[in-house]
Amino acid sequence: MIDLIFLAVIALIVIGLYAVMFKRNLIKIVVGINIIGSAVNLFLVSLGYRSESIAPIFTGTESLNMALATPQALTLTSIVINLAVTALMLSLVIMIYRHYGSLDTLKRRLKE
Amino acid sequence: MILENAPALAIGIPLFAAFAVFFIGKIGKRAMKAWVVAGLLAAEIFVIWLTMDAVSGISHFYAVGARFPSIISPGGFPIRIVLAADAASTLVALVAMSACLLAALFSFSFLKEKNAGEKFYSLLLLLSAGLVGLSFTGDFFTMFVFLEVVSISSAGLIAFFREEESFEATFKYLVLSSIGALLLLFGVGMFYGKYGLLNIGAIAALVAVEASFIDFAAVALIASALLLKCGSFPVHMWKPDVYQKASGIVSAVLVASGLVGIYVLFRILFLMLANTPLSAMIGWVIAIFGTISIFIGVTMALKQNSLKRLVGYAAVAETGFVLLALGTGLAAITTRDIFSFKAVVGGMFQLVNDALNIGLLFLVIAAVAFVTKKKKVGEVNGLAHKSPVLAVLFLIGLLAISGMPPLNGFASKIIIYESVYMASPVFSIVGILGSIMLLAIFVKVFVAIFLGPPYKGKIEPLPKSMLLVMGIIAFFILFLGLFPKQAIEFVFLPAANALVNSQAYIGGIL
Amino acid sequence: MSKEMSPIVKNVACVLAIPIIIFGLYIILHGHLTPGGGFPGGAIMASLVALFLIAFGTGWAKKINKGILSWGESIGLALFGLLAFLGLGTSFFNNFLANSNSLFGMSIPFGPNQGFLWTGGTIPLMNIAVGLEVFAALSIIIPIMFSSDESSKEGKK
Repeated sequence: MIDLIFLAVIALIVIGLYAVMFKRNLIKIVVGINIIGSAVNLFLVSLGYRSESIAPIFTGTESLNMALATPQALTLTSIVINLAVTALMLSLVIMIYRHYGSLDTLKRRLKE
Repeated sequence: MILENAPALAIGIPLFAAFAVFFIGKIGKRAMKAWVVAGLLAAEIFVIWLTMDAVSGISHFYAVGARFPSIISPGGFPIRIVLAADAASTLVALVAMSACLLAALFSFSFLKEKNAGEKFYSLLLLLSAGLVGLSFTGDFFTMFVFLEVVSISSAGLIAFFREEESFEATFKYLVLSSIGALLLLFGVGMFYGKYGLLNIGAIAALVAVEASFIDFAAVALIASALLLKCGSFPVHMWKPDVYQKASGIVSAVLVASGLVGIYVLFRILFLMLANTPLSAMIGWVIAIFGTISIFIGVTMALKQNSLKRLVGYAAVAETGFVLLALGTGLAAITTRDIFSFKAVVGGMFQLVNDALNIGLLFLVIAAVAFVTKKKKVGEVNGLAHKSPVLAVLFLIGLLAISGMPPLNGFASKIIIYESVYMASPVFSIVGILGSIMLLAIFVKVFVAIFLGPPYKGKIEPLPKSMLLVMGIIAFFILFLGLFPKQAIEFVFLPAANALVNSQAYIGGIL
Repeated sequence: MSKEMSPIVKNVACVLAIPIIIFGLYIILHGHLTPGGGFPGGAIMASLVALFLIAFGTGWAKKINKGILSWGESIGLALFGLLAFLGLGTSFFNNFLANSNSLFGMSIPFGPNQGFLWTGGTIPLMNIAVGLEVFAALSIIIPIMFSSDESSKEGKK
């Protein structure tokens, strides 16, 4: 079960890197980085998993077999940071599009 | 009480100042400038105090949010966020903080006409907090957070003046640095999965006992992320692009940020690998990367037309020198030879010199652009007749960067050549040749810009704040060049000792 | 450039505004008891802005007062920093309000309980500060991204 998650993480990272390296559209590059970010978040969350555990909330709980809370806090922080980076990258893409009139990396070079 | 909290305050004050710049900016420009300088200066004083303490042998370890700031570990390992201020980390923090402070002072007259207000200073303060945090942090996850703080704020600064095509460079920088940061987080996750810890010192203590494949994979991921940050050979492409498109002030700060990346890289490598057989291999790999960086930086700088791009490639070469020295030190650490330690001393010295020399060159270029009001500095010639001060400052910078005797570049590079030659003569010779090539390149640039028939266009007088900042940097270049022995004994030996001696760091945290 | 949608969508959006705000505030205020906190709550509240932009078209974005929002953003950040500094009596970020029987200072026994809101010390206050900051920042960013005809590069957080 847990190994499958790790395989999925590796696959997602490879897909993301593929998108960043071989796609020419800037939006697709941003999407690729987001895929890598999701893969790493998935990895962190799955590290805190215990079998048959419940969410780590103390409010009115009966069982004390909880998933680890630290990786979840880390994931939340990493999601926030990814959001900030994505927002900044997308606004840069908007500015680049306004300046060059194209999102294609190769076409921008040709225009120079 | 205040001094007890100095490591946290050195990060917290610029952070709070960055958030509050918005309110102070409503009062007036003058108040805002005073606020920015006060915030950076206060943090700088704390960092200087920490450095003085650290080089005299008192390292400060600080647990954020604890009932008692000194480290307390009930469960055998610290669970809080730990800040470690020993001789090496404070030295790097001092370089980064000084770069931000001087850049802020330099930018006051520069920004007057660009009409850029609180947002620039907000980003600069945020960057300074991120850099100091990155050098002090003793916790892997905080390292990721500060790395992203540095990436985001420096991306904002690079694109700030919206000169044409700076967006493209910013995008490239942001894509590479966010991939790097995510790889780092992946590596951190591996460590967390294996040990259930995030504290660097605690993990290093466990790795020293039983190192396995997972640890090396995690170290490799983290190292690749930090190599990306400092812009060495396999991922150096972003560096000339960014330095060319960004303003000279921003480039000068970015040089310091790359150096912080190098320090964090070697802090982790020395901690995790020092007692394993892999240290020689990884050390040589990094030394080879450094040598190739020197080669590429110098050869590519030869054929550049744009002056800022040329200095950008020179910065790649200078980064290569630091990596070569520290990598050789890491490679030879298991044999405990004297030259390995000497290489680390040279590397730390070169790290400071790199920030001073490249920073001075970028600031002089920004000043030339300011006084002549030309967009392309390459079109200027014969400026020495009108502004001899700038010519002298540029001359100091170029002689220092190419390692000419009475200046600091010579002092650090001679140590590097000597010690690296003991381990591998070829790398040392490549280094010497690269240095000579740098001299040839920069003399060409100097002749083109400053010599020749007198400059015809109008020039503005050089503002006092710019002159002061460049004067301070030139003073330190001369000082380190004239008294290298004292400087090495006072600062760089303790710093190298702190970097190499992983037991002191682990013992301080646990 | 998107146009206004039909009156049905607009009315439903107005009706949904109240639950969205209340849910966001709930998430922020219960951040120290349940999953959530400042960032998710602020993001939920900012999703209202996205909903209104879709329902009322980009013309509506001009009605947003950016000045107030940037004040809110800066107040949230400064409050967060201030709370960190107030802990300096012992150490940076120290939770000086916990178990002090003052603001959010109720002391509770260790272990599972029904969830007491009046606990957590500085953590709920920091959640409120972060919630305000995130709500304001996202409400500035979303319309810019949505219309993208303004020349502004507010992407920084």
